[in-house]
Amino acid sequence: MLDELLGRYPYWTTAVLMVIGLYGMLLKHSLIKKLVGLNVFQGAVILFFIAGSEKAGATVPILVDAGATDPALYVNPLPHVLMLTAIVVSAATNGLALALMIRIFEGHRTLDEREILERAPRT
Amino acid sequence: MTPHLPILIILPLLLGAFVVTLCGLWRPRTAFPLAILAVGASATASAAALAETARGGAIRYALGGWAPPVGIEYVVDGVSAFVASVVAAVALLVLAATRRMAAREVGDRPGLFYGAVLLMLTGLLGIVVTGDLFNVFVFLEISSLATYALIFMGGGRAMIAAFRYLIVGTLGGALYLLGVGYLYFSTGTLNMADTAARLPEILDSPAVLAGAALIFAGLGVKMALVPLHWWLPDAYNYAPGPVTALMAPIATKVAAYAMLRMFLTVFPAGYLAGATPVATVLLVVGLVGAVAGGAAAFAQTDLRRILAYSSIAQIGLIAAGIGLASPLAAAAALFHVMTHAVMKAALFLAAYSVRYRTAEVDIDRLAGIGRAMPWTMLAFTAAAVSMVGVPPTAGFFSKFYLVQAGMAQDMWGVALVVLLSGLLTAAYMVRILERVYLRKAPDDGAAADAADPPADMLWPALALASATLVLGLANVPIMTRLLIPAVSP
Repeated sequence: MLDELLGRYPYWTTAVLMVIGLYGMLLKHSLIKKLVGLNVFQGAVILFFIAGSEKAGATVPILVDAGATDPALYVNPLPHVLMLTAIVVSAATNGLALALMIRIFEGHRTLDEREILERAPRT
Repeated sequence: MTPHLPILIILPLLLGAFVVTLCGLWRPRTAFPLAILAVGASATASAAALAETARGGAIRYALGGWAPPVGIEYVVDGVSAFVASVVAAVALLVLAATRRMAAREVGDRPGLFYGAVLLMLTGLLGIVVTGDLFNVFVFLEISSLATYALIFMGGGRAMIAAFRYLIVGTLGGALYLLGVGYLYFSTGTLNMADTAARLPEILDSPAVLAGAALIFAGLGVKMALVPLHWWLPDAYNYAPGPVTALMAPIATKVAAYAMLRMFLTVFPAGYLAGATPVATVLLVVGLVGAVAGGAAAFAQTDLRRILAYSSIAQIGLIAAGIGLASPLAAAAALFHVMTHAVMKAALFLAAYSVRYRTAEVDIDRLAGIGRAMPWTMLAFTAAAVSMVGVPPTAGFFSKFYLVQAGMAQDMWGVALVVLLSGLLTAAYMVRILERVYLRKAPDDGAAADAADPPADMLWPALALASATLVLGLANVPIMTRLLIPAVSP
């Protein structure tokens, strides 16, 4: 049981982070906290990919000596590259979400979802 | 030319998004014709790809010259060419009607509006043509980000609807990405065809099952499958009229296409339906959604909300077709993707025309509008009749083929639910039409000084409405020449 926990700790961390992120996203009323929850969740997915590319005894995938091309020496670079793309997507999402929040705050002077829904007209 | 068709579907939209935004800031009048030009070019490429795949099979395109499975591959086969043609053609017709709508709803910056529309279409058509699992995620996020911004342009409650959709939509995207991660670490590849070649050896692995479940959950959010549908009514309701008319017919259908792609290409036959309960879950969820969405639509009085819940019901029917997992059922689901896109576009355009002229959306206040706006309501009625499923409209045939596919597997429940869903559709449509045509217009009501909108808003709705009849009459060649060969292994 303990071995299972310790041996696979990146995956357990991922799972815990996801639950924290879901909690923030779905149960918090502040729009900022929802966005923070979303970021925690996305971070967990990114961590999952990075942990999956790990290899015992391997190093960063940068070619130091010409000829040292044994794939066992390097961690898998593809998940890192995918996650760079995912981080770019996440940054764009954050930018858009923050822009939306500025406009919402300008209109309502609050970021509490319950208060905004009470005030906004139903048209 | 032919080998480049897959990229030619995407490029006009992606480049157009930048050109339209910049030209729109410089000369606002140029935004609309440039956007029409870009979508027209993409629709032409899609139609050419459809003709080509029907004749010579799938077109494969290695992006940037990197050979798959290392590079990203675009694959246009019969299924993707069909969905791309439907999406591009419906988008073009709806877009043609939006010039006046955009001027009223989004003001003096049409460049930003049309730029975001083209980005949304880039993402949606990208999902359709790509043959790479990670690329689907990227295009999914491109279309979603553009959609959030477009919904937000509605102001007021649309702002909160857009933010909620952003949270749940990004969650759906992250779930999909996690599922792709499970598949990638199991197979070592992201190319769909390559994944399909490697999966049969490791089907017992729980990681593959987790990957499949997460991918379907993520796509289910984007498709608004019950019980992941709750973002949809507010988003469709409060978004600017032209945005709803563009988004409602096509956005959820593309997520349905992505699900079908998992069945047809990625997972081996019999894995999702049989070895695992994924297909059964999809079938049950779809049938529940078809009934629940119809019942919820009946409880609404806002025209836009009725149509939004009706979308949830119709998406349920498409999901049920995918979940039946036979070639006939998949073809029926694709036929319904086309039918529903055409019908919903006509309905939302007509509904917006009514709002454009009367500023009313409550059906109780629209009494007698059928006489005041005869052509608009003719388009609405024709699409509504097709939605109910009256022969010989396209709506009848998509339900007919779905029932036939259910019967072929001895699933009588499917036939019953399709019938029940048709009755519910009839109930809420008759409720609208009774008010619109039979009730006398009060002197101070919305119908008092209403008239049909200008011709450029009217003809796309009428064209889409008549298309439901034409496509219904042409159902046999569409099914036997295009769809059944495309989905048969």
